[in-house]
Amino acid sequence: MSDAHFTYVLRLGDNALVLGQRLSEWCGHSPFLEEDIAMANTALDLIGRARMLYSHAGRLEGRGRDEDALAYLRDEREFGNFLMCELPNGDYGFTLVRQYLLDVYHRHLYAALTESRDDELAAIAAKAVKEAAYHARRSGDWVLRLGDGTAESNARCQAALDELWGYTAELFTPDAVDSAMLEAGVAPDLATLRTRWEADVLARLAEAGLTVPADDWQAEGGRAGRHTEHMGRLLAELQFVQRAYPGQQW
Amino acid sequence: MSVAVACVAGVRAALEAVRDPEIPILTIADLGILREVRVEDGRVHVVITPTYSGCPAMHAIEGDVRATLAAAGYADVVVETRLAPAWTTDWLTPAARRKLLEVGIAPPVEASSDKNVLRLHGAAVACPRCRSSDTELVSEFGSTACKALYRCRACLEPFDYFKCL
Ligand SMILES: [Zn+2]
Repeated sequence: MSDAHFTYVLRLGDNALVLGQRLSEWCGHSPFLEEDIAMANTALDLIGRARMLYSHAGRLEGRGRDEDALAYLRDEREFGNFLMCELPNGDYGFTLVRQYLLDVYHRHLYAALTESRDDELAAIAAKAVKEAAYHARRSGDWVLRLGDGTAESNARCQAALDELWGYTAELFTPDAVDSAMLEAGVAPDLATLRTRWEADVLARLAEAGLTVPADDWQAEGGRAGRHTEHMGRLLAELQFVQRAYPGQQW
Repeated sequence: MSVAVACVAGVRAALEAVRDPEIPILTIADLGILREVRVEDGRVHVVITPTYSGCPAMHAIEGDVRATLAAAGYADVVVETRLAPAWTTDWLTPAARRKLLEVGIAPPVEASSDKNVLRLHGAAVACPRCRSSDTELVSEFGSTACKALYRCRACLEPFDYFKCL
C-alpha cells in the first residue's frame, strides 16, 4: 500500500461525506414531504458510502484510524473533497443541479471502479454504482422538470449552472495521486470519465432548456486541501460533538 | 443459560426470529440479507450484507443477530459483514414477495441488474390493493430508502413499492 492509495480512497470518502452533510441540511426544510424524505435518503446513502470508504482507507493506512477518526478528527486542510461538494445549498434548484452533475459523475466513476484492482474498493463501488444510478435518475428528472418548467424555475437552474460550471473542471483534472492510481490499476482514466459524463450531462441540459456556460473560469484546490470559506463552518457543525466531548458515543 | 451445540440448521432456525426493523414482517433470510451461516470448531459465523450503503437498519440487525443467538444459547458468535456480491432485490425470497403484497407493499416488478436500474422508469407497478396497473410514481423514495412512493389512479390510494436494485 502506498500513501497515494490511502489518499485516493480517503478523497472518495471526503466527497461522499461532505456532500451527504450538505444534503442532510435539507432535512425538515425541503419544499414538500416526499422531497424531504428523498433528500434525507440520498444523504444517508452518501454517508453510508463515506463510512465504507473511510473504513477501507483506515485499513490501508494501517495506523489505527477508523471511520470516526477520519470523519471527525481531521482539519480542513486534510480534507480532499471537490469544492463543489462543500458549497452552500442555495435554493432547491442549485442543490439539485449540483446533485445531478455529481450523481452522473459518481455513476460513471463507480461503474469504472467495479473493475479496480483494489478488491475492497471494487466491492464498495458495486454497491455505490447502483445507488448513484438511482440518485442520478432522480436529480436528472428534477433538472428536466425545473429547467423545462416555468420561466422562474428555468432562470434559477440556469443561474445555478452558471455558478457551478467553473467547479466541474476539478472533477477531471488528474493530480499525482490519480496518475499513480491509474498506473496501478486502482483508478480509472479521468479523460474517459469526462467523455461519458459530458455525453449524459450535455444531452440532459439541452433537453431541459439550459445553456452550458462558457469555460471562462475554473476554481480548484479542494483535492489539495485548499477549500472555500464555507468548509470550516461545515466541519464545525459536523465535528462539534466529537471535538467537544472526545470519544463520546450513543 | 444452557449452551447450545452449534449446528447450521439450529442457528438458521434461531435466526428466523431476526426481522428487518423497518419491515418487521420480513426475516433477514427473506430479504437475502443473511448470506451464510457456518460453524467452525464450535464457533458460529453469521455473514450478513447491507441492502443500501446507508441502511440505518444494519447496525440494529447485527445487534439483533448477536442478542438472538446469545438468548438461544450460542456463546461463540462472529457476525461478519460482506459487501460483495452487492445485495440485489433478486435475493428476496418468494415468501418475502408474498408477505410484502399482503401488507400493501408492492414487491419489485422485474429482475434487477445495473442495466435495469439505469433505465428511466421500468415496467408498470401494480397496485397492491386493487391490482390495477394504472399507477404513477410520486417519489423515488418512500418511507425507507429501499422503497419508492406510488399512487394508484384506479383506487386513488398511495402505496409503497419495494424498488428494484
Ligand atoms: Zn389501487
